[in-house]
Amino acid sequence: MAIEFEQGRIGDGELSLSDRASTIPWWLIGIILIIIVMVLQIINNVEYRRAYDAIIPGLQLTIYATIGGFVAASIIGLFAGLGRISKNALFRNLATAYIEFIRGVPMLVLIIVSGVVLIPTVTDGLNQSFGLDIRIPEAIRGGIALAVVYGAFMAEIFRAGVESIPKGQMEAARSVGMTHGQAMRYIVLPQAIRNVLPALGNDFIAMLKDSSLLSVLAVRELTQQAKLYTGSSFRYNEGYLVLTVLYLTMTLVLSLLLQWYQRRLRKGE
Amino acid sequence: MAETSHDMIVIEGLHKLFGDIHAVKDVNLRIRRGEVVVIIGPSGSGKSTVLRCINHLEEPSAGSIRFDGVHLEDPATDINKVRTDVGMVFQQFNLFPHLTVLENVTIAQTKVRKRKEEEAKKIAMAQLERVGIPDKADKLPIQLSGGQQQRVAIARALAMNPKAILFDEPTSALDPEMVAEVLDVMLGLAKEGMTMVVVTHEMGFARAAADRVVFMDHGEVVEIDSPEVLFSQPKHERTQLFLNQILQH
Repeated sequence: MAIEFEQGRIGDGELSLSDRASTIPWWLIGIILIIIVMVLQIINNVEYRRAYDAIIPGLQLTIYATIGGFVAASIIGLFAGLGRISKNALFRNLATAYIEFIRGVPMLVLIIVSGVVLIPTVTDGLNQSFGLDIRIPEAIRGGIALAVVYGAFMAEIFRAGVESIPKGQMEAARSVGMTHGQAMRYIVLPQAIRNVLPALGNDFIAMLKDSSLLSVLAVRELTQQAKLYTGSSFRYNEGYLVLTVLYLTMTLVLSLLLQWYQRRLRKGE
Repeated sequence: MAETSHDMIVIEGLHKLFGDIHAVKDVNLRIRRGEVVVIIGPSGSGKSTVLRCINHLEEPSAGSIRFDGVHLEDPATDINKVRTDVGMVFQQFNLFPHLTVLENVTIAQTKVRKRKEEEAKKIAMAQLERVGIPDKADKLPIQLSGGQQQRVAIARALAMNPKAILFDEPTSALDPEMVAEVLDVMLGLAKEGMTMVVVTHEMGFARAAADRVVFMDHGEVVEIDSPEVLFSQPKHERTQLFLNQILQH
């Protein structure tokens, strides 16, 4: 014990005061302070409380659109990513066209186009030709719009993930008689997906933030709720500050979780 | 066809081009059932490429390959089916790092050979026993030494009950002290009558196990003979030169 204590002291002594100060995550303390101040405001200040009460119902749609969009985008991204490196020229060109198209247009414009042009055209077409009455709920409209956009980003992540797996893995799988599809499914993809999980996590956080763009489609998520509230109450400061801190809190928690997960992965290796 | 039934692998007029590089030039080789053929030669001589053409990991540019009577270049041939009968052991082991040792040896059995999980495990354990590491079954490949990993790779190939096994420089990536444990397993297989094609720089193994040694240089087969003759009285100057270079050490 005494020896350990000695070593501990020597270890401490090696760090000067300024060194130790530089290892403290001041940025995190600062952001947490901002969040605490906002929480106190909401508790103590009636105007902030009203803004908060008006905005928070949008949380549900924000979360639904993000999670639903994320799942759908992952599936689109996986197929588009595989298409991008496919030997089949048709798949490869389709996937590349999709990805380049999405990357060449601002996200806000894409959200408007898929929400106002793409989805209504498809549903109207279906309704008219089959005499149906499909109306897609706003949350799903939002989720689809996000998925179409993020599918292209994730395609590049999946492509990079698959390409990061050494060629020998595919060869070994083929050498025992697996088809290309089996080798992908049982050997390459499980490894590739594990490698890209942190990148996908980052995209989840980015999607959470970009779900605010769905307000242009009148999807009543957090940002739309804030717009509606401030528009009728003229309490712009309170409404938008509450909104800002809500997003900040969620992204902070998620990115800390992601960092913890990545550290755990690295330890596992 | 009677005269070919002794042949497991028949390579005729094999050529392989990588762009402008003519890696394999008109290689002809017959490998009989139960025969151990060792291919030697300087690096870049096309030995690995010949090996990889035998199970079509490389598509030949020209020529024909027959495996146990099946024409590989025939469009009607299911190459995946052929590959279940041709084991391959790689220089870099290429174990599946996300699967345990046991799963490495069972996955192709269950997914390709369609064996029941139970049966596949039994066969896998028997093969791991054969290569001397049944106690590592539940470990991940990364927890094993290089020599152990390569033995698992051999067990993975054996579990499919292949008619022949191709070895692509199986000891070249190993630390020197681990070479012997892998070569011992290979010697054992050779004694049991497994058909083997081995690309290697281990001349000791070639002497001990090979029925014939093939010397390749610049994509061509220069000389084929029994190890006794090829190592002591090589006919070609290029073979002599190569052997002098490597046997000086």
